[in-house]
Amino acid sequence: MGISTFKGGVHPYDGKELSKAKPTRKLLPKGELVYPLSQHIGAPATPVVGVGDYVLRGQKIADAGGFVSSPIFSSVSGTVKAIEPRRVAVGDMVNSIIIENDGAYTETGFNACDDIASLSNEEIVTKIKDAGVVGMGGAGFPTHVKLSPKNPDDIDHIIANCAECEPYLTADYRRMIENPEKLVGGMRIVLQMFPEALGVFGIEDNKKDCIDKINELIKDEKRMVVVPLRTKYPQGGERQLIYACTKRAINAKMLPADAGCIVDNVETLCAIYNAVALGIPVMNRIFTVTGGAVCEPRNYEMYMGTSFEEFLEESGGFIKNCEKMIAGGPMMGFALQDAKIPTTKTTSALVCLDNDEASKYKTTACINCGRCVEACPEQLVPSKLAKFAETGRKEEFKKWYGLECVECGSCTFMCPARRHLAQGIKTMKKQIMAEMRAKK
Amino acid sequence: MDKKFNVTSAPHDRGRMDTQKIMLCVLISLLPATFFGIYNFGYKAAIIIVVTVATCVISEFLFNLIVKKDQTIKDLSAVVTGLLLALNLPHTLPWWMAVIGGVFAIVVVKMLFGGLGQNFMNPALGARCFLLISFTSYMTSFSYDGITEATPLALLKNGESVDPLKMLLGTEAGTIGETSVVFLLIGAIFLILMGIIDIRIPGAYLITFALFIMIFGGHGFDMTYLIEHLCGGGLVLGAFFMATDYVTSPITPLGKVIFGIILGLLTGIFRLFGSNAEGVSYAIIIGNLLVPLIEKITIPRAFGITKVKEVKEDE
Repeated sequence: MGISTFKGGVHPYDGKELSKAKPTRKLLPKGELVYPLSQHIGAPATPVVGVGDYVLRGQKIADAGGFVSSPIFSSVSGTVKAIEPRRVAVGDMVNSIIIENDGAYTETGFNACDDIASLSNEEIVTKIKDAGVVGMGGAGFPTHVKLSPKNPDDIDHIIANCAECEPYLTADYRRMIENPEKLVGGMRIVLQMFPEALGVFGIEDNKKDCIDKINELIKDEKRMVVVPLRTKYPQGGERQLIYACTKRAINAKMLPADAGCIVDNVETLCAIYNAVALGIPVMNRIFTVTGGAVCEPRNYEMYMGTSFEEFLEESGGFIKNCEKMIAGGPMMGFALQDAKIPTTKTTSALVCLDNDEASKYKTTACINCGRCVEACPEQLVPSKLAKFAETGRKEEFKKWYGLECVECGSCTFMCPARRHLAQGIKTMKKQIMAEMRAKK
Repeated sequence: MDKKFNVTSAPHDRGRMDTQKIMLCVLISLLPATFFGIYNFGYKAAIIIVVTVATCVISEFLFNLIVKKDQTIKDLSAVVTGLLLALNLPHTLPWWMAVIGGVFAIVVVKMLFGGLGQNFMNPALGARCFLLISFTSYMTSFSYDGITEATPLALLKNGESVDPLKMLLGTEAGTIGETSVVFLLIGAIFLILMGIIDIRIPGAYLITFALFIMIFGGHGFDMTYLIEHLCGGGLVLGAFFMATDYVTSPITPLGKVIFGIILGLLTGIFRLFGSNAEGVSYAIIIGNLLVPLIEKITIPRAFGITKVKEVKEDE
């Protein structure tokens, strides 16, 4: 079978060897735990506990604030200390529930389901919704919404996003190595909901061991296949992944469902399995601490709400001068001013770089070389778009398809003049989208 | 742990290639033709090359100094311009004319329009055409081995016979860098392998030109005549090293092809129907002027956009 991919893309230094071989280890949180009420796309969750309440591990502490929203669960047992705004990874202050850990980890008790096959689609969706499952690759889109498409009969591909194309990240890799049966289990549940669909595991070919492992596990499954993908950033971008797996191209105005696809990341499918089969809500995930500046890069079984700082300390702190700290990968992650930030459903890594590439170089004049055009997975002309953004020419920005940008950063990565192309385009895109929303 | 880290917008990693390295690659790619030019035409060629490159770099340095702009000579683009201009000059040119050419290229064509990235015309070719008009006799008298001789292309235009093998090797009259097709192609292959230039422009250019010559050249499918035209004059130098100048060529993939076709047509027209035997320089600078228009009509359709109409309705 050939290696599938998309047009464009870049090959950044991948840094995965730093943490790849390290088995996940549990890190029990020491201090307080912080649960931001917005750790998903959509309405913030509404607290259902008050200050002073005693909560158990697995207890719901905030309920979904609407259909496109998701509940939040305590990952420890302890007392609610405060409900107040705290700084989160993206830099905003977000209202959060703060829980003092009592160290007992007393659980509420979870109801495993022995007979998944007898569950109706509605029951499955409810279980997923009530367990707080959101897209754990980073976007945080509530999974129950994704699994409720307008025309369920049109869905013919369920794609497991096992690309993990972001440099340095190894959380999905470790999950595939350590719990592949959960991933396949999650896929089985989703396939049960869409009887016409084929389950596709899209895995980059730098993870040969995962490809073999999943292939071995699904050898008797008639409705599942592994599609090896070329190792290239942003192979795990939703539109790029759909194209690589199905040769269907979607644009910014379309949903994956318009191309008959539902895409879920590794960790999300495992969360679906936990929610439906084991009755366990989203409280833990794999979290990687890595980067050239970290003493001991490692993968952790993370208790959501634990501070980034505790992971950093557990990893031995810095071995060299850390120049940049990033929540997520270096291509699309968020730079942090410090590590006093809570982990959430969507934080997959803390990357500490000993080299601040983004600030190191001076921006020079665009020489029209076209490297950004070649790199753009959306076939845009980033240099032009960035110029339109700089000069506020919105109409031209739209005419050159600026709104199709997926913000992957490939253009900025490639630019020999070190221009901040993606950054300018992102800002302009946000402005135009806000105006369009205001008009409606 | 009270240190505050630098916060910037993603991405946080950068590729290795920068403008300076690109220019360095272009310089390296021109070295075979440059050294052959010096070997072929002697020390006079070396003097012209050194003078022109030095003039270009010094002009840019002084210009930045006078208008109080950040120094940009480190990006090596002025060196590239200087070398390209020198390769487009006859070795018999008086050195002070080369100086005028260098100043014109950098100050008038490049810096006055805003410097690197802003010039609308290839600086080296702009200067060459300026010199051609100003000092026509010096710019068009060529000699080889001390004997004044017409270029193969001029001979071809007069219906005389030329030796295609000599044209491939370059042991004949012409400008310093245009004569040796073999050494130019070595450099061009290097540029293509390094990912510096894209085959679209030179490919479309040469194919269009070849077709034009076959149709209108009056020699039909005479391969020798065709090869002589392809190897003659500055076509190879122009197609691979001048037409591919990033700043003055379209950035859109389809635009590059259209640009190449236009250059092929213009060169064909100038060579066959013009009074000059040469046509590449003029073709490229006229093509340069069309670049903004070409880009405008070749906006690439974004990934996943199938019907243009649909998008318009949504706006």
